[in-house]
Amino acid sequence: MIYWQVFLAFFIPNMVGYGGGPAIIPLIEAQVVTHYGWMNAQQFAETLAIGNALPSPIATKMAGYIGFEVAGVPGAIIAILATVVPSILLMLAALGLIYRHRHSPKVQRMSQWVRPVIAMMMGWLAFSFLNAGLQQIGTLHTGVIGVAAAISLLHFRIHPAFVVLASLCYGALFLG
Amino acid sequence: MRPIHTGNLRSLFWSFTRIGLLGFGGGPAMIPLIQHEVVKRQAWMSDDDFADMLVIGNTLPGPIATKLPGYIGYRVSGVMGCCIAVVAIILPMILAMILLLGVLHHYQEVGWIQGMGSAMLPVVMVMMLQLMLDFGNKSRLALGISPSMAIALCAGGLIYGLGLPPGWVVGGLLAAALLLPAPGREKTS
Repeated sequence: MIYWQVFLAFFIPNMVGYGGGPAIIPLIEAQVVTHYGWMNAQQFAETLAIGNALPSPIATKMAGYIGFEVAGVPGAIIAILATVVPSILLMLAALGLIYRHRHSPKVQRMSQWVRPVIAMMMGWLAFSFLNAGLQQIGTLHTGVIGVAAAISLLHFRIHPAFVVLASLCYGALFLG
Repeated sequence: MRPIHTGNLRSLFWSFTRIGLLGFGGGPAMIPLIQHEVVKRQAWMSDDDFADMLVIGNTLPGPIATKLPGYIGYRVSGVMGCCIAVVAIILPMILAMILLLGVLHHYQEVGWIQGMGSAMLPVVMVMMLQLMLDFGNKSRLALGISPSMAIALCAGGLIYGLGLPPGWVVGGLLAAALLLPAPGREKTS
C-alpha cells in the first residue's frame, strides 16, 4: 500500500529526528532513496537544492514534493500530515509533563545523543552526493562547482539561493 | 474558553505567511523571525513564554518551524488557529516546489536542463557538509569530542555496516537516553 509507505517514510524520520527540519534530511534520504528507492541520488539532490533555495521550512517542502512525486496529491497530503501532526500533538499534549522535566538530564541528553548520529549521516550523505557527481559529470566539473560552492557558502556566506542559481547556469552552459 | 475571533485567524494567517516567505535556511534559522512576529509585532506571548516554548519544542522530535506555529496558533485561536498557522507557513513554498521541479522534470530530456540537474550534486554536497559541521560543532560543545565520535561511529557501524534502519538506531539511542540511569549532577550541561 503506497500511502502507508509514504506515511511511514515521513513519520519515522520526524519521530526520531532531533534538531529541527535539517536534521531530518538524512533520515528522509535513508527512507526515500535507500529503503524505498523512489528517487535516485540526483533527484534527491535536485529536490534538496531547490528546497534550500526557497524560503519556509525544509522538512515540509521535502515532504510535500516527494509525497506528490510518489503518490500525487493524496501522497503530498499524507507526507505533510506525517511530518507535521505528530510533533504538534506531542507539543500540545505533553506540554505540562515536558515543562516539568525540561531541565532533566535524561530529557536533555536525548537531543544531545542524537546530534552526533545526524552529523555522521549528513557526512555520509555528502559523500554519496560526491560519488554521484563524480560519476555523472566527472572530476573536473564536480571539483569546480564544489570548490566554488564551498567558498561562496562557507567563506563568503552568500545566500544559498544565489549559489543554486549560479550552478544551475553553470550546468546549463557547460554540462548540457 | 476564549472566544475565537476571525480577526485573530486572519492575523495568524498573514503573520505566518510572512514568516514562511522571509525565512530561508530551514526551521531553526526561522526562530528569530517567528519570535519577532509573535512577541514583538502581535504580542501573542511574552518573551519568557516564547523561551519556554522553544525549550520544550527542542526537547521534542520533528521540525521546529511547524511545532512552534502549531502551538502558537492553538494558543491564539484553538484548533482552527493551529491549522491556519501551519498551513500558512508551509503551503506557498510546497506549491512552488512542485511547480518548479515539475517544469524541470517535464523537460528532463533536454540536454541543458539535464546539465542543470547534475550541477546540483556538488552544491548539495557542500550544503550537507555545512550542516554536518554545524551539527558536529553543537555536539562537540554539548558532549565533547570523544563521546560524540564514539556515538557517531557506533551508530555508523550499525547503520552502514550492518544495514540497520537509521530510524531504529536513533530510536534505540533515544530509549537509552531516557531509560539509562542519569549521570551525576556535575555531568549535566
